[in-house]
Amino acid sequence: MRDVAIVAFAQTRHTSHDTGLTEPELIRPVIDEVKERTGLRRFGFTCSGSCDYLAGAPFSFVSALDALGAWPPISESHVEMDAAWALYEAWVRLQHGDIDSALVYGFGKSSLGDLRTIMTLQLDPYYLAPLGLDQLAYAALQAAAVGAERKELDEIVRRSRADGRGNPYALDLPDPDGAEDYAVRPLKKTDVPPITDGAAAIVLAAGDLARRLTANPAYITGIAHRMEPHYLGMRNLALSASAADAARAAGVGKGPVEVAELHAQFPHEEIILRRALGLGEETTINPSGGPPAANPVMATGLIRIGEAARRVLDGSARRAVAHATGGPCLQQNLVTVLEAP
Amino acid sequence: MPSDPLVARHVLEFPGGYTRTTGPVIGRFLSELRARRIVGVRTAEGRVLVPPLEYDPATGEAVTGEYVEVGPAGAVTTWAWVDEPLDAHPLDRPFAWALIELDGADTALLHAVDADNPKAIAAGTRVWPVWKDRPTGHITDISYFVPEVTKIVAPVRTEYRLQAGGALRVFLEGVARGVFLGGRCPSCDQVYVPYRMSCPECGEVIGEPVELPDTGTITTYAINNLPDPRAPQVPFVSAYILLDGADIPMIALVGGVPAHEVRQGMRVRAVWVPPEERTASMASVRWFAPMEPS
Repeated sequence: MRDVAIVAFAQTRHTSHDTGLTEPELIRPVIDEVKERTGLRRFGFTCSGSCDYLAGAPFSFVSALDALGAWPPISESHVEMDAAWALYEAWVRLQHGDIDSALVYGFGKSSLGDLRTIMTLQLDPYYLAPLGLDQLAYAALQAAAVGAERKELDEIVRRSRADGRGNPYALDLPDPDGAEDYAVRPLKKTDVPPITDGAAAIVLAAGDLARRLTANPAYITGIAHRMEPHYLGMRNLALSASAADAARAAGVGKGPVEVAELHAQFPHEEIILRRALGLGEETTINPSGGPPAANPVMATGLIRIGEAARRVLDGSARRAVAHATGGPCLQQNLVTVLEAP
Repeated sequence: MPSDPLVARHVLEFPGGYTRTTGPVIGRFLSELRARRIVGVRTAEGRVLVPPLEYDPATGEAVTGEYVEVGPAGAVTTWAWVDEPLDAHPLDRPFAWALIELDGADTALLHAVDADNPKAIAAGTRVWPVWKDRPTGHITDISYFVPEVTKIVAPVRTEYRLQAGGALRVFLEGVARGVFLGGRCPSCDQVYVPYRMSCPECGEVIGEPVELPDTGTITTYAINNLPDPRAPQVPFVSAYILLDGADIPMIALVGGVPAHEVRQGMRVRAVWVPPEERTASMASVRWFAPMEPS
């Protein structure tokens, strides 16, 4: 395997509402920022992650390329998944050995429609989508399966929002007030991640290029993704077998984990993921505030990787783990281990 | 629509919906649903997948061609409660989403359960499907599931004609005149009200009725929250009232006082309807009301 590292990360100051910027306008500043940090103007490969259903425009990711300056033609790809999977594709592409740099970006404006029901469109069209099963409904089913104490869930939201208030890129959300205000029981309205618009970009570099671009590259020493059956009745929703498998394959347990950024949109998902990844008290979870503090859908997972990498890049952590997810109830999970040189 | 010209409504829709082929496995399941049967498919390892998939998610192997009828009832394994249904939901009133392990299946079916309230559903609750009137071969041919029948309502109503003769007639004729009549036992000296023919304790015959005052003391009472045709409203208070000079309390309504202010030991006086409205019926006594403190 070639050594591949994250050498730059940028994200927008996420908003809880539509500012009226087009997708290219939203993306452009973060692309500019990572270009400036690395001094790179062109990349061997470019890959993005987004979801056309958020904007309701087919192939909206194609017009997003306007943010790049894609002429002369660039080598480019896209995943209709969280951009964390775009990073995975770019990592695989760098393993080919013929290029040394890749630009990865993800973006989403969930303010434009009703995210809760847009998420129904990702479900299988025979058994689940026709029932009108929505994002909060399936998340609530998983929360019920976990059966965590309300106090523990509230504390996760409180901690995440407090950390988010300390993160200039995340939203300023108040502590949950303890009211029994339910979304879909057992989920409370304060358990629901905030509607967020935002984007993020990461630059990957392989081999010698990584060290030339930054003093502390965040080396990807393990990266793996796994998934499990789509249909919720075929799984044990209280666990995440696929996250545990991905963590094993990525080698999470091979060393101490100082920081973990988890793509846990709902507090019960954090409980599932800590168990699946085998994270103990010694690991700081989501110091950025995590998805409960800012959830720009399709960039949220990539931001987890960026936030974990940032702590290696700035020297505050030697080993960090990032997790990203997609699909209903943590169906697909991607785990990345990042280490200082 | 917002009036801001810079804000527009945008609808993404495929008119009429997409046509999707089902393949043989899902097609079989949906065809069975149309015939109001629920089937699973058996995997090579012998497990029954409901709803059926073409491949066993555990092994990736193709499933066998054996379809097994399951349910129609099953047990809830996990559920979530929707207080405010969305337009696309199967019910327009509060309901539960549930994973249901149908009898004979090794996996759970996700569907809606129509339960009155969140206390009417739990892990283990047995549920049965309610079918659409005209199944078409769609997952919504099952409108929703409902909890298994565990109780029924049995209506009971018979009518009678009651005739007040004997001692009760004597008492009620007193009420028509605005007095309460009791009877004193010649043997034990206890005074009973309403008037009665014999002493229930000694068995002695009671002689002529005695007039009792319409004042007394509440010995105990109940605050009633179910309506009763004889009471003016809910909540109302019914009380045991020991008339002055009687040894046995009489049951009557208490009024003219908020229910929560009624107390044991409270002194009360009968409130009679006007003389021209009085009949040989307890309706002649509106209720007992607290006496003015003397």
